[in-house]
Amino acid sequence: MIAMPSRWRWLAWTAVALLLLAAPFLIEATLGRAWVRIANVALLFIMLALGLNIVVGFAGLLDLGYIAFFAVGAYCYALLASPQHAMHWSFLVLLPLGAMVAAVFGILLGAPTLRLRGDYLAIVTLGFGEIIRVLLNNLNRPVNITNGPQGITLIDPLQIGGFSLAQTHSFAGLTFTALHSYYFVFLACAVLSIIISRRLEDSRIGRAWVAIREDELAAASMGINTRNMKLLAFAMGATFGGVAGGLFASFQGFISPESFHLIDSIMVLCMVVLGGMGNVAGVVLGAVLLTALPEALRYIGPLQQRWFGEVFIDPSDLRMLLFGLALVLMMLFRPAGIWPARRRTAENMTEKQHAAG
Amino acid sequence: MQPADTLLAATGISKHFGGLAALTKVSISVRRGEIFGLIGPNGAGKTTLFNVLTGIYAADAGELAFDGRPITGSKPHRVAQHGIARTFQNIRLFGGMTALENVMVGRHLRTRTGVLGAVLRTRGAATEERAIIQRAREFLDYCGLAARAASIARDLPYGDQRRLEIARALATEPKLLALDEPAAGMNATETATLRKLLERILGDGVTLLLIEHDMKLVMGLSHRVAVLDYGEKIAEGEPATVQRDPKVIAAYLGGSMA
Repeated sequence: MIAMPSRWRWLAWTAVALLLLAAPFLIEATLGRAWVRIANVALLFIMLALGLNIVVGFAGLLDLGYIAFFAVGAYCYALLASPQHAMHWSFLVLLPLGAMVAAVFGILLGAPTLRLRGDYLAIVTLGFGEIIRVLLNNLNRPVNITNGPQGITLIDPLQIGGFSLAQTHSFAGLTFTALHSYYFVFLACAVLSIIISRRLEDSRIGRAWVAIREDELAAASMGINTRNMKLLAFAMGATFGGVAGGLFASFQGFISPESFHLIDSIMVLCMVVLGGMGNVAGVVLGAVLLTALPEALRYIGPLQQRWFGEVFIDPSDLRMLLFGLALVLMMLFRPAGIWPARRRTAENMTEKQHAAG
Repeated sequence: MQPADTLLAATGISKHFGGLAALTKVSISVRRGEIFGLIGPNGAGKTTLFNVLTGIYAADAGELAFDGRPITGSKPHRVAQHGIARTFQNIRLFGGMTALENVMVGRHLRTRTGVLGAVLRTRGAATEERAIIQRAREFLDYCGLAARAASIARDLPYGDQRRLEIARALATEPKLLALDEPAAGMNATETATLRKLLERILGDGVTLLLIEHDMKLVMGLSHRVAVLDYGEKIAEGEPATVQRDPKVIAAYLGGSMA
């Protein structure tokens, strides 16, 4: 990065922060309500992609079943805050609980796969993701726990006392619909995820993960307990998914196993790889782009109408085709991602040290 | 030899790979404060012995003791914790990291910060992180790599990569440094620099275990050497004595001479 005077950097960050705070209102005024929802989903995907980035990007463990942790978090929230079991726990309990349960599942997945790497690990994690989904699909008999394929409805929104995010609130002359309110909660969580990721990356733990990714045997010979560090990566990555899952359930009010397919795992993986594996900023960019791109491609229907007077190709067909093409081109021209990870130089690090000290 | 002098004792180590006996009842003992050379023709089992000593392979039979404690069957990271650091015959650096970061990884073992400390950036974690950078720079400087701190490890010249492996190993503050062919592929100047470095490391109180093919280097540096051939120890002693041993000469020049 180009060295900026600290005052300018401060100014730039303030501008970014203001823009992010104003974003839901700006988006609604220009692109419409639908895009505020897309922005919310993008923020959730930022959290997911950052979680997967810990496993895949930092520790180098290819995980194709990551969406399972999202599912675990979502179901953890939905089961304990819906009429399904007539329980209505507070999100203040359920979000940390979801994170913890997801972490336990992360370790459950990690423990038997410690010796596996690369494609072998990918196959096992893929299976794990499917097991979770199939389990959720079938845990409705003989005792109905998950309500099977019908999913869980009427999930509680985020609420404290009588204050619910699902209602519309007015504050300082602005009207906050549920979409707006959730945007700010998701934004806070996404920013927190970014900070946690960056700090982990720059720490003894993050270096140990990268060392394992670069050369596991050498890492072990340097005294790194590779088993514990890999389990920690799985657990940490899973917590991001667990929290995002809980937020997703409360935001949608309805979840079913259909939301947690292999394609969703692959989508999150694409965000990580396409954005720039191991680079937090790149992964965030990847999450935003890959959430927005398929949505933006919906407009090709109306565009055909406007340009040619009729719709030649069904947009839903063309959409995924173009999306796939975009992925292929991206990987051909920027194989390391849009914003590749570049290990920080020593100069940067000492500069930061001086700034901190 | 007094037991108190012994830093590393390997007794009756055997290791088979399928039908191949890579090591057969090999015993060596490395004394504190010496350079112990391990030589032998290619395929004699030197690197296998290294891998057993550092916990990468589990021996089929035999005992290992380091610094008076049994370490038989210990995992590599435990062995490193006990105080054995190593380098690899085919350099195994963390290629994508900078030279400084490679050495910082070596400090992992001697530092404590966990997830919470890292995420919350506690005062303790920040202090420790500064100390890690500081110490890592010292070790780079010690090995003559201060100017290379910011270079990506895989982009370094070969000789620097070898020395960076030594710096990384030293960062774990070992009692015993095990070097697997540190001079392999080096030119005469680089070898001379390496020799000075090894003598300095020894002077600073680290015991050295050395696999080396450069006979001039290993015979000139080592206090004692052991010779392996076909997985068996055929000689042990001072370099001058071992060099005259007919079994050793036979092993190097071919069986017909025996």
